[in-house]
Amino acid sequence: MQEMVRLERLTKRFGAVQAVDDVSFSVARGEVLGFLGPNGAGKSTTMRMLTGYILPTSGTARVAGFDVVQSPREAKRRIGYLPEGAPAYGDMTPLAFLRFVGAMRGLAGADLERRLREAIARTSLEEAALRPIDTLSKGFRRRVGLAQAILHDPPVLVLDEPTDGLDPNQKHEVRKLIKEMSSGKAIIVSTHILEEVDAVCDRAVIIARGRIVADARPEELRRRSPAHNAVRLTIDRAREEEATAALRAINAVREVRPLERVNGTATLLVLPVDGADLGAAVAGLLHERGIRVEHLTVEPGRLDEVFRALTASRPS
Amino acid sequence: MRAVATVFKRELAAYFTTPLAYVFIVIFLALAGAFAFFVGAFFERGQADLESFFVFHPWLYLFLVPAVAMRLWAEERRTGTIELLLTLPASTFEIVLGKFLAAWLFTGIALALTFPLWLTVNYLGEPDNGVILAAYLGSWAIAGAFIAIGACASALTKNQVIAFVLGAAICFLFLMSGVDLVLSAFRGWAPPWIVDLVASFSLITHFNELAKGVINAATAVYLATLVGVCLLVNTLIVDLEKAG
Repeated sequence: MQEMVRLERLTKRFGAVQAVDDVSFSVARGEVLGFLGPNGAGKSTTMRMLTGYILPTSGTARVAGFDVVQSPREAKRRIGYLPEGAPAYGDMTPLAFLRFVGAMRGLAGADLERRLREAIARTSLEEAALRPIDTLSKGFRRRVGLAQAILHDPPVLVLDEPTDGLDPNQKHEVRKLIKEMSSGKAIIVSTHILEEVDAVCDRAVIIARGRIVADARPEELRRRSPAHNAVRLTIDRAREEEATAALRAINAVREVRPLERVNGTATLLVLPVDGADLGAAVAGLLHERGIRVEHLTVEPGRLDEVFRALTASRPS
Repeated sequence: MRAVATVFKRELAAYFTTPLAYVFIVIFLALAGAFAFFVGAFFERGQADLESFFVFHPWLYLFLVPAVAMRLWAEERRTGTIELLLTLPASTFEIVLGKFLAAWLFTGIALALTFPLWLTVNYLGEPDNGVILAAYLGSWAIAGAFIAIGACASALTKNQVIAFVLGAAICFLFLMSGVDLVLSAFRGWAPPWIVDLVASFSLITHFNELAKGVINAATAVYLATLVGVCLLVNTLIVDLEKAG
């Protein structure tokens, strides 16, 4: 895989505040990287350094081999950037705005017109193309920002919270668009919505207080969840205590937690030690004792738990 | 150069998509006319020239031109579009220059719309049209200097009102540095060459020459330098923001 973006020890200090602290990662062509973190963790600051809007205090960022500080023009040419909040000139129509961005990027004539048509079609902006951006809905404005970012078909896309404030249908559209474009590009998507990571990302980098706390595939992250491979089962209420005691006796079981009791049934969560595979052992044991199981599911683990564990502020 | 032209076109169009352009032009024309006829006694002087018209321009510009320049950067900062603009493949100076030229041409359009006065004076008498042309150029140059100063002020803030007040105050200092009020503050203690230097910064001294149709090299060099320095300072202010 061809490496398109490389951040090396990127650091940004605003006065006494360490906004981004020693951040390094790289993104290859064809990869969608989810950049996660709580608000204020340094996501936008990192993206702003990568796109050349602010200068790093130390460290480097390269786009297709071009250093964003040494050769900003070459680097910027290869990036499509959707800044946070999708800013655009409100007095212009999307068409005029896209034409301006295209001209700034050196597109002209038939080539510009073709790319304008393409970008407008890909972001479904046709019906809004001739209305002032100020009068458009949030969803349309976000799409104008996306159209502007993909206009010149850049090898690197940097999208700062592309689905923030959109309704579920619009979110779905944007994610579909990102997925469609992912094959030929290196894409960085910042978000604090975890479902987005599952929906579009091949890899997730989690940042907290300016530092990277995880860089892994979503499945790997999920494996770190205490609930990974936990077994959730529903049984007869009358036999709950017996089952609980028996399950606790299994070596690989860390904890048996009652979740709910409804209509004479009880639901238990059986948590494994170190994510061990419990499914077969639990089912076998209950079968042996003749306890009828109504439901049994193995939990894949939850990203939000991992996210919270990694980013929750702890005393330093 | 492509980026300069692109920014220039967008900025110029932006003036005319808001009421600001029309309000500015109407007020400028009304005030320029009112001053020329009532305060400058255009008819009573009985002379076929436009001196009574041009002589008030610096004072009109003092509060009208910062109003044209105030949105150039403050608006971009307020709406966040500056992030988009500065991540496009263009240098900061190209963007600064494009914005300056757009605002300057806009004041030029307003100035050109005073042409009925020129027609009037040609109908009434036989003025020296060379002098009038030179005075028009001089007036436009002063507007350019004020635009460049106002753009710097605009780059310092995201609040257009602050940009306006700051721009007008700096323009005022440049305008007034030639009058006795300011110079006497220096005369008491400074050596004569400093007093002369401060006086030579005065736009009003230079403009009085220009209004008579006299364009000398010193004035041209002074104005070009003033605008050039302002554009560089403007670039520096925007780049310093990036360094945070």
